[in-house]
Amino acid sequence: MADPVAISVNQVSKKFGHGKDAFFALEQVSVDIRENEFFTLLGPSGCGKTTLLRLIAGFEHPTTGHIQLRGEEISHLPPFKRPVNTVFQNYALFPHLTVAENIGFGLEMQDKPAAEIDSTVAEMLQLVQMESLRDRRTDQISGGQQQRVALARALAPHPRVLLLDEPLSALDYKLRKGMQIELKRMQLETGITFIFVTHDQEEALTMSDRIAVMNKGRILQIGSPTDIYDRPSHRFVADFIGDTNFLDGELIEANSEGAVVRLSSGKTVKTGPTDAAANTPVSITVRPEQAVLIEDLDAADLQGTVTNVMYSGTDSHFHIELTSKEEFVAKVQNAGPARRDWQTGQTVGIKFHSHVLQVVSD
Amino acid sequence: MNDVSQSLSDYEQAARQQETRRNWLLCTPALVVLVLAASGPLLVMLFYSFLKSGNYGGVIYEFSLDGWFNVILVRDIFDDVLRFADAHLSVFWRSIKLSAMTTITCVIIGFPTAYFIATRPRRSRNFWLFLITIPFWTNLLIRTFAILELIRNNGVINNLLMDLWLIDEPIQIMYTDTAIMIGMTYVYLPLMILPLYASMEKLDFQLVEAAYDLYATRIRVLRRVIIPLIKPGIVAGSILVFIPSLGAFVTPRVLGGGKNLMLGNLIQLQFDQGQNWPLGAALSITLLAIVMVTLLVYVRYSQRSGGQDG
Amino acid sequence: MANLHAAPVNKGKLFSIYKLPGFTFIAVACFLMLYAPILILVGYSFNSGSSLALWEGLSLRWYFAAWENETVQGATLLSLVIALQAALYSTVLATMAALGTTRTRPFRGQTAIYTMINQPLMVPEIVTAVALLIVFATIKQATGYQGLGFLVIAHTAFCIPFAYLPIRARLEDMDTSLETAAADLYATPWRSFRRVTLPLLWPGILAGAMLAFVISLDDVVITEFVKSAGQDTLPTYMLGQLRRVITPEMNAIASALLAVSVLLVSLIFLINRKKT
Repeated sequence: MADPVAISVNQVSKKFGHGKDAFFALEQVSVDIRENEFFTLLGPSGCGKTTLLRLIAGFEHPTTGHIQLRGEEISHLPPFKRPVNTVFQNYALFPHLTVAENIGFGLEMQDKPAAEIDSTVAEMLQLVQMESLRDRRTDQISGGQQQRVALARALAPHPRVLLLDEPLSALDYKLRKGMQIELKRMQLETGITFIFVTHDQEEALTMSDRIAVMNKGRILQIGSPTDIYDRPSHRFVADFIGDTNFLDGELIEANSEGAVVRLSSGKTVKTGPTDAAANTPVSITVRPEQAVLIEDLDAADLQGTVTNVMYSGTDSHFHIELTSKEEFVAKVQNAGPARRDWQTGQTVGIKFHSHVLQVVSD
Repeated sequence: MNDVSQSLSDYEQAARQQETRRNWLLCTPALVVLVLAASGPLLVMLFYSFLKSGNYGGVIYEFSLDGWFNVILVRDIFDDVLRFADAHLSVFWRSIKLSAMTTITCVIIGFPTAYFIATRPRRSRNFWLFLITIPFWTNLLIRTFAILELIRNNGVINNLLMDLWLIDEPIQIMYTDTAIMIGMTYVYLPLMILPLYASMEKLDFQLVEAAYDLYATRIRVLRRVIIPLIKPGIVAGSILVFIPSLGAFVTPRVLGGGKNLMLGNLIQLQFDQGQNWPLGAALSITLLAIVMVTLLVYVRYSQRSGGQDG
Repeated sequence: MANLHAAPVNKGKLFSIYKLPGFTFIAVACFLMLYAPILILVGYSFNSGSSLALWEGLSLRWYFAAWENETVQGATLLSLVIALQAALYSTVLATMAALGTTRTRPFRGQTAIYTMINQPLMVPEIVTAVALLIVFATIKQATGYQGLGFLVIAHTAFCIPFAYLPIRARLEDMDTSLETAAADLYATPWRSFRRVTLPLLWPGILAGAMLAFVISLDDVVITEFVKSAGQDTLPTYMLGQLRRVITPEMNAIASALLAVSVLLVSLIFLINRKKT
């Protein structure tokens, strides 16, 4: 069914510094990344995503744990012995070499015959649409062009795995959007496994096959974009990706299908599955657009008073103070059937569809 | 320029002229001293190189090209035939050879050292740099003397080797070209390390990572990435070592003895025993010319590579 | 799969992008090479025996010997007199020149002034020394004056660029808006210089003066060619002695001179570090 595993990271920890300055950039991280996958490491700066990438590239070595490429241990190998290439955040193009020399560098270092280098470089220049600039120096081309050269240079040796360290962060918004599409196209065309590091959740959601959300040196959740967005497992994941509400509740019962939770209003609702124990207090998350505002307070799961209304064109955001004093935000599409012009001070009911609520751990 | 000054108001122009006058006034005292005791004497020396040598030093105020002829030619006292002055040519050759060898040795030792400093944690780099700066600012004569004590026949190295029964007789290092080279390498090494470090501090190690990532081995990373990127520092350091080596006087005098002359010592001889001031002046100007040409080539080089970077 | 959890790879062989083979070894050897000769020289200055090769015990004997040597006393005094004067004059001249060449619009002749000031750094010392010998010997013959003036003006000239560099660097870091503010508060140009510019510039001037002092104190070549009979400074005295039988007395003199240089250079280093 699924493709075989390309990179397997097993129980990897990375400690920097000594004594009282020491800290763990990664703690007991395990993840399997499959062949042909566009896999994203997503998290805030300092979460360890770049460290994990550098461990896979071979610039750093794990303090404990193992990294395998197609089942072969590589954590002890220097970077020049790993069939893995990197696109650096600031591109790291060699300023003393031309565009073509940069792209051919990896092949030259692998002692490939000149004819093969020439043809691969030509092929790569075509792939990134840079044929006309092949003999330019790398400081004579624009940021977007540098980005393409960096990509071509890393793809030229046909690595098993391509590592991309926030490669789009130095580009302006419009260029970034264009490159997102192009990156995705190249991944499909080349069939190479991409491991992509970013702190931009939107970028991660649009491009990835799977995402690992990281924080403070740990992987919190691995899953498809919809898994991550709709079924966050941790409070941090829900909070980091998109806007969300948190509610307090008590878990009544749970099984593999789902769970039942009692809200602060006393009403019980169904949620997605959770590992939490029954009869314990839990946090529940729900996206603003997944709440339905209704007038019928008896049918509602929660109720509260509208404190603020923010109109933003396509949507309206209603800030509601629940009877339990919790803050809640509901988002209603202005063009949709649920539109109603709730006023500040009005009492409203909030209704949830089945399984839009998720129990999250802290 | 003209367009700008025409469009300026009279008031502005007056203010500019006043500023220029103020600047020149402030610089004048320093310039007077420099003309009296630096650039002026160079011109006088140029003039003297075209005069006739006095019998007991000094000059006779008569035009003569003998001083310049004698730089490389010598008139045989018996048959009056002009020959190449082998003694002078060998001194030129020794100066250039030893300076080049000193420069190369300084690169070989200085490059790894500068690299070592540049890869220390930021906080401790200043300390290592300070260790290089200290010898740089201390007396060249004393540092030469320190080398003398090491390599003398009954100096520290020979005594140590004899105590260890590794040699029976002291190795004669003093008064050889090797001694001069060791001494010059020692005294001019900081001049190589400082510009090399300045270049390496700016080296983007992500480029090194990129090269390793693209299958370059350590030797290839050094040859294909680090050395090309550090080249301006290597050239600057080489100039800074080569030029003073070429004009070295104290080190060859103390370590080279009377026979192993370098240009500086040959020049001094003309004012000491040789008593041929025009020749001494001509030799000095020749040395100055070599230095200036080297500097000019360097300026051209750095402008060219600087232009490419911008 | 169980062995996956065992401790990983051999620590010693791990790859680091900063390491290059043999570099650390050469660097450490280089630092040893730079310091070993100096330390041995200083070490033997405390030797109680009269040999430079045999260590016979710790003593200050040679320091006392140097202290009591009248020639050394004279040379020391002369060195100090010349270095103090040269430092003072060159610093004053360099400060003025720095004020005239920084924080100003480009003006006609600026490059010429830079070239003149830096000339002593570019021209080999032996060339300058010979040129000075020719000129000063002619003047000495013509006027009969053989005094210290020749040495002082020669030292002042080659100290100017060394004093100029730190003062100029300091000036370039200073903001003209402070002087503008002083002028706004009714300070005349001279009072603004006294109350604002000079106090701010002081660390640069101090560093420049100390540098000039060290450079003058250490000079051999120019002094050797310019001095008249009986005008030996410490370095030229040492240069003469190195051709004779060397006693640890030389080590003592060298060590003392070395101590002065190291002390002043360390001070300059500290002054410059405070700035940043």
